Amino acid sequence: MALKFPIFMDAQSTTPADPRVVEAMLPYFTEKFGHPASRNHPFGWEAEGAVDLARERLQKLIGARDPKEIIFTSGGTESINLALKGVAEMYREKGTHIVTTAIEQRATLDTCKRLERQGFTVTHVPVRPDGLVDLDAIRAALTDKTILISVMFANNEVGTIQDMAGIGKLAKDKGILFHADATQAVGKIAVNAEAMGIDLLSCTAHLMYGPKGVGALYVRRKAPRVRLAPMIDGGGHERGMRSGTLPVPLIVGFGKAAEICAEVMPEESARLRGLRDKLQDRILSSVEESYLNGDPERRLPHNLNISFAYVEGESVLMGVNKETALSSGSACTSSTLEPSYVIAALGASTELAHSSIRFSLHRFNTEEEVDYVAGRTIEVVKRLRDMSPLYELAKEGVDLKSIQWKAE
Amino acid sequence: MAYSDKVVDHYNNPRNVGSFAKDLPGVGTGLVGAPECGDVMKLQIKVNLETGVIEDAKFKTFGCGSAIASSSLATEWLKGKTVDEAGKIKNTDIVNELKLPPVKIHCSVLAEDAIKAALADYREKHAGATASAQK
Repeated sequence: MALKFPIFMDAQSTTPADPRVVEAMLPYFTEKFGHPASRNHPFGWEAEGAVDLARERLQKLIGARDPKEIIFTSGGTESINLALKGVAEMYREKGTHIVTTAIEQRATLDTCKRLERQGFTVTHVPVRPDGLVDLDAIRAALTDKTILISVMFANNEVGTIQDMAGIGKLAKDKGILFHADATQAVGKIAVNAEAMGIDLLSCTAHLMYGPKGVGALYVRRKAPRVRLAPMIDGGGHERGMRSGTLPVPLIVGFGKAAEICAEVMPEESARLRGLRDKLQDRILSSVEESYLNGDPERRLPHNLNISFAYVEGESVLMGVNKETALSSGSACTSSTLEPSYVIAALGASTELAHSSIRFSLHRFNTEEEVDYVAGRTIEVVKRLRDMSPLYELAKEGVDLKSIQWKAE
Repeated sequence: MAYSDKVVDHYNNPRNVGSFAKDLPGVGTGLVGAPECGDVMKLQIKVNLETGVIEDAKFKTFGCGSAIASSSLATEWLKGKTVDEAGKIKNTDIVNELKLPPVKIHCSVLAEDAIKAALADYREKHAGATASAQK
């Protein structure tokens, strides 16, 4: 099959909607346009039925006990905000300490910063060089004021999968609520809120072949019954936790995406893992001093994150971006002008954080695409090394750390 | 972020990539930036000791596309200039030529620093050389 350009391998930023998802959504824009809270006519009943079906599909996918535990939101960021701020406000009397990790996404970090300004204290537990959080480190961070532990299920940059069941058990033993940011995990790997002792769980449709603009927050109803202070006031939708007319077409698409993911997960994850391993093996064996970031085993099957010593990440992206969409932890690709704090938190040198490239595969990638991207990446990295003064110095046997760099 | 055509051109077809032996007569070397900041430029000039004119220039850069383009452009501009003229190249000239957005201005500053460092290194090694050439 002929390759079609550009090739998308940035699926941890977003995924294309599955055509079956779009097809399921369409009628809900036009003939089935009812408001699910209209209780007294068929338009409302039809919309409510569609939302209920989506809720059940989500419930099954994330292993919740009851569909009522699913609260629809506008996406992962809102779900995380609601979980953290909602718990903080509701349980403030009980305690004002939150435990999270050093490699969370910005929605968590910035929400925590705001809570700190409001008098909460937040502990960011460091991660090991393989990207995993030590259970003992979390245990050690807990105090009698801790009300919430918030941990990313699977990391957005290096794909490492945390021991959620272990953390869940720890939280249960201590009577502390446990929030999982599962935006990168749901639909890709097995998630079971009930079995893993998760009390709150955030996810989003657009990272699992659903539409942008809709997400969900799982809020446990039994053992314990979690309560949340709402962030948005209004008509009391979603059990009073999130007011606002439900975006029925988006929710229908989210539900369809969940159904498909549940169905294809075993086959799809095995296929993507195979492609990812091929990409990884080809690159690591062809490019000297290229380093895999994150744990080699405990990570998402579709994630690959590699640092190429002596070349800067954005310049690699620039070399491939006409044909291939990838992403980098380089400062030059971030809005903050800081290199990836995730790669840095793994203990890699800042220089290697600037040199990191993330490849993230999706449902529609093919083996031909993987072959092409591997070849093209290798070519570009080699070309950039030929023009890198650091590579030249290293080849001459100079220890880069021995040089007094004249930084601006 | 979209890149200007000139940045893309310099990135795809960098001018004067390479190195001179540092101890060659007439060569001045500037090495600026830092790996942990994400950009390092090495810029070298080769000056005709008789005329004081820069006959050749080379660069190697670790950095983003704009950093590569800034240093590539700098080598192009240096060739044919006298050492004194070369000292007058300003980072704003590079910004204007490459249409660099505000977040990339530091790349042009680094290129100017690299030029200055190469000129200083040349002057240090060849004190009096151009002065005698001008007599």
